[in-house]
Amino acid sequence: MSTAVEVRDLRIELVGRDADVVDEITLEIEPGEVLGLVGESGSGKTTVGMALLGHVRRGGRVGGGAVVIDGRDLAELDASGLRGLRGGTVAYIPQDPGTALNPALRLRTQLREMLDSHGAGSDGERGARMREALEEVALPSDDAFLARYPHQLSGGQQQRVAIAMAFACRPNVIVCDEPTTGLDVTTQARVLQTVRELCRSHSVAALYVSHDLAVVAELADRVAVMYAGRIVELGTRDQLFGAARHPYTRRLLRAVPDIQGQRAVVGIPGFAPLPGRRPDWCFFEPRCELATDKCRSAFPPAFEFEAGHRARCYHADEAVRDVPVEGGVEEVHVQREPELALAIRNLDAHHGEHHTLFGVELEVHRHECVALVGESGSGKTTLARCVAGLHKDFTGAVCLGSEELPPAARSRSAEARKRIQYVFQNPYASLNPRRTVGQTIARQLELFFPRQKDMGRRVGESLERVALSPSAAEAYPDELSGGERQRVAIARALAAEPDLIVCDEITSALDVSVQAAIIDLLRELRTEMGLSLLFITHNLALIRTIADRVAVMTEGKIVELGTTAQVLERPSAPYTQQLLANTPSIAAVA
Amino acid sequence: MSGQAVDTAVGVGLEVPPSAGPGAPSLQKRAWLGILRNALRLGRTKIGVAIVLLLIAIALFGPLIAPHSPTAFIGVPNTGPSSDALFGTDALGRDVWSRFLNGGRSVLWMSVAATLLGVGLGVIIGLVAAYARNWLDDVLMRASDVVLAFPQIILALLAVSAIGSKLWLIVVVVAIGHVPRVARVIRAAAQEVVERDFVKAAEAVGEKRSRIVFGELLPNVTSPLLVELGLRMTYSIGLIAAVSFLGLGLQPPSSDWGLMINENRLSITVQAWAVVVPVIAIGLLTIGTNLITDGIARAAIGIDGRSNR
Amino acid sequence: MTRLIVRRLLLGLLTLWLISLVVFAAMLALPGDAATAILGREATPERVAALRDQLNLEDSVVSQYLQWIGGVITGSFGESAATQQPVSELLSERVGNSLFLVFVASIVAIPLSIVIGVWLAMKRDKPVDHVGSTVSLILAALPEFVIGLGLVLLFATSVFQWFPAVSLLAPGERAWEAPEYVVLPAATLVLAVTPYISRIMRGSMVEVLESEYVTMARLKGLPERTVIWRHAVPNAIVPAIQVAALQLAWMAGGVVLVEYVFSYPGIGQLLVEAVANRDMLVVQAVVMLAAAVYVLMNLVADLATILVTPKLRTAAR
Repeated sequence: MSTAVEVRDLRIELVGRDADVVDEITLEIEPGEVLGLVGESGSGKTTVGMALLGHVRRGGRVGGGAVVIDGRDLAELDASGLRGLRGGTVAYIPQDPGTALNPALRLRTQLREMLDSHGAGSDGERGARMREALEEVALPSDDAFLARYPHQLSGGQQQRVAIAMAFACRPNVIVCDEPTTGLDVTTQARVLQTVRELCRSHSVAALYVSHDLAVVAELADRVAVMYAGRIVELGTRDQLFGAARHPYTRRLLRAVPDIQGQRAVVGIPGFAPLPGRRPDWCFFEPRCELATDKCRSAFPPAFEFEAGHRARCYHADEAVRDVPVEGGVEEVHVQREPELALAIRNLDAHHGEHHTLFGVELEVHRHECVALVGESGSGKTTLARCVAGLHKDFTGAVCLGSEELPPAARSRSAEARKRIQYVFQNPYASLNPRRTVGQTIARQLELFFPRQKDMGRRVGESLERVALSPSAAEAYPDELSGGERQRVAIARALAAEPDLIVCDEITSALDVSVQAAIIDLLRELRTEMGLSLLFITHNLALIRTIADRVAVMTEGKIVELGTTAQVLERPSAPYTQQLLANTPSIAAVA
Repeated sequence: MSGQAVDTAVGVGLEVPPSAGPGAPSLQKRAWLGILRNALRLGRTKIGVAIVLLLIAIALFGPLIAPHSPTAFIGVPNTGPSSDALFGTDALGRDVWSRFLNGGRSVLWMSVAATLLGVGLGVIIGLVAAYARNWLDDVLMRASDVVLAFPQIILALLAVSAIGSKLWLIVVVVAIGHVPRVARVIRAAAQEVVERDFVKAAEAVGEKRSRIVFGELLPNVTSPLLVELGLRMTYSIGLIAAVSFLGLGLQPPSSDWGLMINENRLSITVQAWAVVVPVIAIGLLTIGTNLITDGIARAAIGIDGRSNR
Repeated sequence: MTRLIVRRLLLGLLTLWLISLVVFAAMLALPGDAATAILGREATPERVAALRDQLNLEDSVVSQYLQWIGGVITGSFGESAATQQPVSELLSERVGNSLFLVFVASIVAIPLSIVIGVWLAMKRDKPVDHVGSTVSLILAALPEFVIGLGLVLLFATSVFQWFPAVSLLAPGERAWEAPEYVVLPAATLVLAVTPYISRIMRGSMVEVLESEYVTMARLKGLPERTVIWRHAVPNAIVPAIQVAALQLAWMAGGVVLVEYVFSYPGIGQLLVEAVANRDMLVVQAVVMLAAAVYVLMNLVADLATILVTPKLRTAAR
């Protein structure tokens, strides 16, 4: 059985600059095998994925090495050869089917043209194959469905159409580019299952690109880890998740929240070097606790450990010993007080005609962290907005301490507005791009503590509290990374010295290592400042790291409420049980 | 959006990466200054600025260097260039060059006034409509639809026919024509900003509405604002010159570029210079302002592209 | 979808009604006595009395308005104060010529702009593209009367003498029987309008070529021709259609200056003469007509957008 995919020493660089996007990429995939390609943002994993189709994004070009699919070197193909390869031999499943499907064309056209360009056989045979492809992904294959436009399908359906298109011409290789991002957990589970089954039954070699380690753990046979454009570790799933060798891999595993709750998450300080700023020695060295002078001499070559397990680190043996993946069990306790910080009583909310929340009852005690968990459309964000006064179309009571608050923020007293603060999900949208960080925080201080002197010092203090340097006050938001911006948003909330902070999916848009650092920060601040938190998320594993109690929401109702341990280990509601069953986890595999 | 790491796929170095930290130089001390500065780096903007400055100089200082009085009869009508008259005489025997040098001021001040008035009012209406999002928005948009239904030149003609060809009227009616067009553009840009979380954050802490409109929204629409300023300036010049070309602006014997063209149209086959010189001036002026506008538009895309990632 | 169309139609009618209020108000803005102001130097007592009667100036303002709007709807716009001809007659003599001019200009400009836009998008950033964008910038900047005069100077006088500078048609004559008089005015309109449509077409084509679904189409291994014409153009053409309809609407005003430059016997020239003479009834009639055309073309633009965008077409079901 010859290898389906072989990549040798591939280098992709930026046009016009002496900067590599990825380099020294070497990997193989056998037919029927799934290779997971894992990395954080900027690691170059999508670039490698596209290279298997002979495609490089605008501004880049292939600078060396070879990509060999089914024995054929892509560099030797002419334009029509490449076209024949794409879709016919190698197929692509996109990250966002909403934008990858043409909004102006019916499904029938988009599926059919795939077969018409690659398929042999008569007209009737191709039509039959098209319907078969849809049935394979559990979608209807009747004329009415085929006549639809992409916007008439749900996100999950769109992704399954994309999968059907990819498998339609029975390719030998599939490249999946984070295809389950943006889908909720249940749909994600179904999509992954479909991909796995189709790959097995048709003996397809698959490259699965993802930043989500848990998903990769459940799906992949072998895993490659990328960092700053290089593959730093490659091995079977058991080797990598059970006995990772590279310090970065180990630190990454330590940053992933574990739903079993055996350990706390720890972030990785610093950031990965961008193209053009990469030194000639090990890229991870500035952030690595095992770094020595040897690491600064040259980039480590690939050392082979067990069969098929390689890692590029001089200190791989010490890594196993000294870089623990499992931390101790850390208690997340802050003594909970009987006094209530927030009480929600019988809340019904509407969006115009639609009734979106039904009789919600919830309490947050002082110094407690309550997590609000649900998938998209469950109503958790609406509830959070009602608490903050940003959504006023509701009946029922939101009480701060013992005082009932008016629905709209503008109608509330300044005192009430000060005591409840809100941190938004998207760090790129929650800060005014035309104001410096210092101006944003100063405005907050002005609003709630007027007539205070010494603004500069107080702004500096706010920034230090979230582990940012006071000089960051001069910066504009677009000069900061996502994690730094989120810290500024938290600093803004803290500047008001609130009792309760509502965190609305504040880490969903961040890399896993950055997420861990933010969670860490929140826990520290909670202890220091005695805050109460209402923590909204869709990530079940994450709540282990920070929440005391959990409320599970679906379709506008709270279906389960209890301590974190109770809900995650002995859930009573069927919805919660289903959610847990569908959530991928590393520990389940290792 | 849940679970989507926004940093992926964008920052692989194939677009401008975020700088490494607070030490890096900041893009925009004041956004509009940054845009203008970047615009001036482009070749076409420099050419535009040069052209416009030249013509402004002619318009402002022309009267000081004119060899003859613009109303004096210096020779036989419709004669070609001579030592006495650089571009010959016009249909009544006056010096074309002197009349030209005196003829720019009116176009200039009227265009500037109409532009500032129209854009100022249009921006306010656009921002208020975008933030209000309720009945106020509907009323403002209906009203602007009505004004929009009149092509600008026709609106001007309607007003002049009723009230007479007064200069202030022309300025006002051209400005009114700009208002709904500017309001549309600013409203569309502001609507996008209104949805962003930092505006919600300001609402959550109870900021006053006027402060949100002018403090949060306005600074984030500087790009389309600057572009509209340039674009409306170009159209103002065209409209005001057109109105005087139709004979409805400054009246004879005043010298005005548009009026000059009107007066000398019929003798175009005999003495073309009297028409050619003001036509070229008006043409160059509008080309200059449009080059500047284009430069601003390109610079704005550069800045917005980086800050909205 | 029908609900959407009906709604747009009703909005259009509302706008038209509000426009009629504004146009009527112009009459009220005349200084002093309306009839005297209109007649100016020819204001003999008999003529003033006759005009006052015709304009119903003795009645209340509301009644005046209703009588006027009633006339407009039934097609009787009164008499021209300058020539005493019925306004409707004046209009019908000339409307045909203006429509013909606009028709010729559109037939040339719209396909030309779309093709130029697609072509420049595919040659993005090459020298041709830079030249194209500069030429477009220049043409978009120039007022239409400058373009017209430029064409006159180039093609009718000193440089080449191919076309007549000024049309010698009388108002009653039909322009299509003497096409040489239409060439330069139509060319002026084409040059005025093409830069806008082609720039939008190029811009949206470039954006579509960078889109995820076009990249996806390439990754599916489809032939480039299919990618461009089946995947890219149908999406890219939507903004161009909107702009094209808006430019047609603009032409309702653009004809004014162009006809004046070339003395072309259309309603634009009629309007300018009427303004100079303060012939209010004529002015009002032409302005109403122009505004109605504008509203109509906007409606067409909206409808075309809905038809061409599947999302909107299916949403109202």
